Amino acid sequence: MKSDIELINSEGKRLDGRGPEDLRKIKIEAGVLHRADGSCYLEWGGNKVLVAVYGPREALPRHTQNPLRAIVQARYNMAAFSVEDRKRPGPDRRSVEISKVISEALEKVILVEQFPRATVNVNIEVLDAEAGTRCAGLTAAGVALVDAGIPLRDIPVACAAGKIGGKVVLDLGKEEDNFGDADLPIAIAPRTGEVLLLQMDGHFTFDEFNHAFDLAVKGCHTVSELQKEAIITKYQTVAEEVQE
Amino acid sequence: MPTKERQIVIPGQMLGTTSANRAGRGTFIEKGKIYAERLGVLNMQDKFIHIIALKGRYDPVVGDMVIGVVEEAATSNWMVDINAPYPALLHVNEVPWEIEFADTEKYLNTGDTILAKVLSVDESKKLQVTLNDRNLFKLKGGHIIEFEPSLYRRIIGKKFSMIEIIQKYSRCRIKVGKNGRIWIDGEADGIEKVLQAIATIESEAISYGLTSRIEGLLKKDTKDVR
Repeated sequence: MKSDIELINSEGKRLDGRGPEDLRKIKIEAGVLHRADGSCYLEWGGNKVLVAVYGPREALPRHTQNPLRAIVQARYNMAAFSVEDRKRPGPDRRSVEISKVISEALEKVILVEQFPRATVNVNIEVLDAEAGTRCAGLTAAGVALVDAGIPLRDIPVACAAGKIGGKVVLDLGKEEDNFGDADLPIAIAPRTGEVLLLQMDGHFTFDEFNHAFDLAVKGCHTVSELQKEAIITKYQTVAEEVQE
Repeated sequence: MPTKERQIVIPGQMLGTTSANRAGRGTFIEKGKIYAERLGVLNMQDKFIHIIALKGRYDPVVGDMVIGVVEEAATSNWMVDINAPYPALLHVNEVPWEIEFADTEKYLNTGDTILAKVLSVDESKKLQVTLNDRNLFKLKGGHIIEFEPSLYRRIIGKKFSMIEIIQKYSRCRIKVGKNGRIWIDGEADGIEKVLQAIATIESEAISYGLTSRIEGLLKKDTKDVR
C-alpha cells in the first residue's frame, strides 16, 4: 500500500516520537484473576492483553492425550471491540494461526515431560489491539505460566522489529505496521537465546534481516527484565507486607 | 522484622553449579549449572538447593494422605478426584469393607468424600489410592475447603503445631489432605474461625512467626477454650 505519510523523518524520529530503537511503553501485572491458576495483564503501547492459564490437568477428549508428555493448548482470541470496525467474534484464519505458533513456542519452554497425558491451557484475550498483539500475548503468557507455578525452562518473551521508510526499527506501531515495508516478530528463551517463534511479513534484504533480528533479540531482553520485575514485585510485596 | 528475607526465585534463574552444589526439588541441570524450574522460595540445605513452590498443582507422591471426592462408581472400582492433574482409581480390594460384585454404590457413591492414601503412581502418572489403613475412612458430613497445595506444610505447622492450635480454638474436627483440601466438621462459628485462619495463612505464607500470629488471631475472639 502506498502512502504519503513520512513514517520516519530524516533525524530518525518516528510518528509517535520514538527513536528507531525505542520500545513502546510496557506495563505488566501478574496474578490478576482469582479463578484461573495463573494470570497476567499486559499493556504494550495501545495493546491490552489478558492471559489466563489453567493446568496441568487431564487432557480431554482422551485421544488428544500424549502418553509421554503434556500438550499445550494456547487460544488467541481478539475481542469484538479490540479494533476499529467491530471484529466478527470467533476464531478466524489469523487467530487459528497465531494460536498454533504460540502453542508451539510455549511447548518448548514448559517442562512437558513431567506431566504425561495432561494439558496446559493458555487463554490469550486481546482487549485492545495496536500492532504486535502476538508478541504482547506471548510475553503475557510467559508471566501467567510462572504465576500458575508451572515448571519452565525459561520465561518466554517476544518482540518485533520491522522496516519503515527503508530503515530498520524496533517494535512497530499501528501506522508503521499498516504502511511499513516489513514486520519481523520473534520470540526467544532469553537465558539461552533459543528462538521459539519467528515470522516475517514483507521484504528485507539479507543484511536488513540480520539487523532486524539482532534488534528484536535486544528488545526481547529488555522486555524480559520487565517480566521478571513484574513477577518479583507481585510476590515480594506479599512477603514485605507481612513483615510490616 | 529485618531478619534474612526469604529469597524468591523465578524459572530459569541460575542457582549454582553442579560442582559446588546438588540439585534438589524444583530445579533442573543444564550444562553443569543448576537452574530454578518454577516460582518459589530458595532453600539451601547443606549442598542441596531446593525450591519450595509458591504455587502450582498438587503432585501426587506415594504415601500422601489426601482428601478425595468420588466421581464415579464402577463395578469393581471407584474413580476419585484428588485434585491432581489425573483422576485416581480406588479398587474394591483397597477398601476395608467386603463388597459383592457390582455393589460398590452401596458403600461409596458420587459426591462422597474420603480420606485416602496414595498407593501407587506409575510412569505415566496413573494413580491408585487406598482406604486400607486404620486412620483412613469415609468422611461423613462436614465441609470441604480448598487451599494452595504448596502451602500444606505451613498449614499443618511444625510437628502439626499450627493445625493443633486451630483445632483447639475452633473446637472443630479438621483433616488436612496434602492435595490442597481441608475437611472441617463442627459448629458454624468454629468453622468460620478455621476459614479465617486458613485465609490468613494463605496470604502471609512466606513470613516468619506465623504460628504465634495465628494463635493471637484466634485467641482474640474466644472466651472458653477446652
